[in-house]
Amino acid sequence: MTETIKTDALIVGAGPVGLFAVFELGLLDIKAHVLDILPKIGGQCSELYPEKPIYDIPGFPSITGQGLVDNLMKQIEPFSPTFHFNEQVEQLESLGTPEAPLFRVRTNGDLTFEAKVVIIAAGGGSFQPKKPPVPGIEAYENTSVFYAVRKMESFRGKRVLIVGGGDSALDWTLNLAPIAERVILMHRRDEFRAAPHSVNSMRELVAAGKMDLTLGQMTGLKGEGGELSAVTVKANDGSIHDIACNRMMPFFGLTMKLGPIADWGLNLHENLVPVDTEKFETNVPGVFAIGDINTYPGKLKLILSGFHEAALAAQKANRYIFPDKKVVFQYTTSSSSLQKKLGVG
Amino acid sequence: MVKITFIDAAGQSRIVEAEEGSTVMETAIRNDVSGIEAECGGACACATCHVYVDDSWVEKLPKAESMEEDMLDFAYDVRPTSRLSCQIRVTAEIDGLVLHTPEQQG
Repeated sequence: MTETIKTDALIVGAGPVGLFAVFELGLLDIKAHVLDILPKIGGQCSELYPEKPIYDIPGFPSITGQGLVDNLMKQIEPFSPTFHFNEQVEQLESLGTPEAPLFRVRTNGDLTFEAKVVIIAAGGGSFQPKKPPVPGIEAYENTSVFYAVRKMESFRGKRVLIVGGGDSALDWTLNLAPIAERVILMHRRDEFRAAPHSVNSMRELVAAGKMDLTLGQMTGLKGEGGELSAVTVKANDGSIHDIACNRMMPFFGLTMKLGPIADWGLNLHENLVPVDTEKFETNVPGVFAIGDINTYPGKLKLILSGFHEAALAAQKANRYIFPDKKVVFQYTTSSSSLQKKLGVG
Repeated sequence: MVKITFIDAAGQSRIVEAEEGSTVMETAIRNDVSGIEAECGGACACATCHVYVDDSWVEKLPKAESMEEDMLDFAYDVRPTSRLSCQIRVTAEIDGLVLHTPEQQG
């Protein structure tokens, strides 16, 4: 059992809205830990459109997704939040009362938190590997079909089919080629999105006869009892053939799924979390939902709406965490105490 | 108005009106055309607005750029006629365009 991390606030999701929540909580002296399933901050802004300009952030006629995330990181620096990446919340358990909430939160990476408030800023849900819609693939998942490599050793001596043309596909091709019996890389075309040096290394291995490259698309799986024996492939000339393999790793990018949030005892409406518009609190006192993940009458899925929601949720969180503190509303432009917290003035 | 025909995997066809300057994906979403998801909202980042261009139109559309080809790697059952509808701009020239939506957007 690992040590429990105690915190005032746990923010689920390190996208723009989760990051801004750190700021709003910080002004109220509330410390936050932030979790994300991705290995980096920024959520959709960094994952889907880092280079695309956003035109509707107040005060920024145009700013890129990554630019906004970088600015937010600078803005929350004074509050030094603790980030935990590659973590997905699996379980949320209430230990407190509606007046004094307390939650035990467990992640898939074996982290345990005790948080007085939980702020869900999970956007479209958690980014998860896209599963190819090949009939019966579930039967092979985690025995023969893997979407990520947890232990490289488990591929030793196996015939591994890797499907895809991006960095993940190429990186694992190069990493597993020396330990697998054989690595076969399959892609739909002879052009790769991956970094050119990885593509060159892969082509050298192919030329040296140390691995195979085949062009085509997967249409079916063969095997028994979760043990894969072959993948049926449609080649680009339309012909169908089988590739013998006992491990397969498809890399088709990421998609967003609500994930375990569905099991936290929260009311849901069409995969969104209904909240009130005063505090952006869910049906569970002390659990807030802000940004794209929430819904309420008139909801707009805009980053600016998420910022507003973060500010109001922080006010209510303040009352839970510091029930005896006198609430004085202050402006960062004029309050010397807020400026002290921000390390300015 | 430019007219676009969407034919779904079951063969059901629908004609919708498209505004010049918008994209085919936006037109599909605005008209609730089934089979187009557009998870990323048009950032060319998800491949869930995948369509097949009808054979009669393949030669008439501008070719896909490399970013679109890259993103098509994430789609399923990609064919030579595959396109991402967020990358097809509605112009007067494409009036009468016929597209087929795939069985699944992955």
